[in-house]
Amino acid sequence: MSVLAQHGLSARRAVSSWPGTLVLGLLIIGGWLLLAIFAPLAAPFDPNAVDILHILEAPSLTHWFGTDQAGRDVLSRTIFAARVDLFMCVMGVVPPLLIGVTVGLVSGYLGGVADAVLMRIYDVTVAFPFFVLVLAIVGVLGPGLGNFFIALALVGWVTYARLMRAEVLVIKTSEYALAARSLGFGPLTIMLRHVLPNALSPVLVYAMTDAVLVILAGASLGFLGMGAQPPLAEWGVMIADGQSYVVRAWWICFFPGLAAVTLGMGLALTGDGLARLLR
Amino acid sequence: MQTLSLLVNRLLQLLPVLLGIAIVTFLLLKLTPGDPARLLVGDRASEETLAAVRQEYGLNRPWPVQLGTYFGKLAQGDLGESIRFRKPVSGLILQFLPPTIFLVLYVVSLTVPTTLLLAIAAARNHGGWADQAIRVFGVCGFTLPVFWVAIMLSRLFGVELGWFPVSGYGTGFLEHLHHLFLPALTTSIWLVPVMVQSLRAALLEKSEADFVTAARSKGLPERGVFWRHILPNALLPTLHLLGVMVAYLIGGTIIVEAVYAVPGLGRLMVSSILSRDYSVVQGLTLFFALATVLVTLLVDIATTLIDPRVRL
Repeated sequence: MSVLAQHGLSARRAVSSWPGTLVLGLLIIGGWLLLAIFAPLAAPFDPNAVDILHILEAPSLTHWFGTDQAGRDVLSRTIFAARVDLFMCVMGVVPPLLIGVTVGLVSGYLGGVADAVLMRIYDVTVAFPFFVLVLAIVGVLGPGLGNFFIALALVGWVTYARLMRAEVLVIKTSEYALAARSLGFGPLTIMLRHVLPNALSPVLVYAMTDAVLVILAGASLGFLGMGAQPPLAEWGVMIADGQSYVVRAWWICFFPGLAAVTLGMGLALTGDGLARLLR
Repeated sequence: MQTLSLLVNRLLQLLPVLLGIAIVTFLLLKLTPGDPARLLVGDRASEETLAAVRQEYGLNRPWPVQLGTYFGKLAQGDLGESIRFRKPVSGLILQFLPPTIFLVLYVVSLTVPTTLLLAIAAARNHGGWADQAIRVFGVCGFTLPVFWVAIMLSRLFGVELGWFPVSGYGTGFLEHLHHLFLPALTTSIWLVPVMVQSLRAALLEKSEADFVTAARSKGLPERGVFWRHILPNALLPTLHLLGVMVAYLIGGTIIVEAVYAVPGLGRLMVSSILSRDYSVVQGLTLFFALATVLVTLLVDIATTLIDPRVRL
């Protein structure tokens, strides 16, 4: 009992010693996650319900964020779009992260030809501006979220691999890695049990920045008509939809953008806090 | 002399990167779903026409041969031909280049002074409220979707207040300045936070350097230490910043040009993708990568000229 209490206390203490930015960031992300999961409950209207009698209505008590050119409720659409954008965020960050971490771990630990090849690939990939390469790949493969994820998997893993490799190079000469090796553990065990857990913090911090980049790139592609396809509500697509009506109805563009900014801020703050916590 | 040999060495290091860039852009076109010959001649062409086109463009030859042909053409500055414009891609790029260059220089001249000002203000009272505010601004500003800022600014300044045109490029230097103000401002708003964060970190790091401690222990006033010892040493990070900026800048200008209808390379890129004019997309991707590499190289060279300790 007392052990449990102690444990609970120390856990609470740990949270209270977290950097303020981390707590705030996690709260914002958590808020968006809840809104996305419970979108049907949180949204006051059906996001795709066309209402010709109430088009382009300014924000009011009924429609907090106003209505768009088809009379659809902007608030409800913004909430439902969070599902698409969060999904985009996960699918755009996790595969590159997994590929990059694996490649970086193996090439950093084993060195040799694999390492040399990896570094050349890195040099070439960073020569291209990130958004240009993603845009070009999606442009050539064809519009749609699936191709966006393919493009990110092709381009995005390189930074993770580079970060991971740099950490692994330091850790593999550390005393605990040497100790594990002299105890006779194989390379796989050492890599997974000793090197990987200790090399992850820069990767996790970067993942937050990457998530912001993914949201921006995804929304930009949606805006250019190459990402999520209408009528699927996605923030970038909503902004593109509202662009022609922006003079009469600024709210169609304004609120989805604000949503993207708040989610991005949550991610950026979490990254900032993580960097301070793990340093 | 030594600088020269270092330079040659650096240029040699670039060769594999350039080769890699060419291979990536070659593979880019191989990603196109469907038959590239069909794309060139349209849906209703006969089998004979298709075969002739394949023969003409060497599409029926094995990949390594095609890659070789591609390299050969690149070496002559031939980037292929646009289906939409019926013109060589290299000519198109030159034609659409001036507005983009103007825009990029505009953005740099708006961004660099602002960045210096904010980063110095933050570093000078490290930990104070101004520093905190600038840090939060740095964290958050980066998350602004450029196209959204563009639309909102064009509505506010262009439509509501009527101060600036919201599209086009105009003729003559002053009109360019006027037309491109909002596009440049939009890009800067997104770029400044990223740059401020990076420069602020560099300044803070320098303020803990040994030579700064030495200057302080000599009894120099804090003002003197900052302006004479910390700031000059932060010049190199600033220069480096310009190199980092290019990639973001190019990405940012593509979107901004699309929103403000600036007839530049970014708009050409987007419209070429939408009209499936893939050789233009390929040529532009290559061009953007080369531009990035070139700027990075120039920044590196300038760095060695300023600071002999830095090796290329």
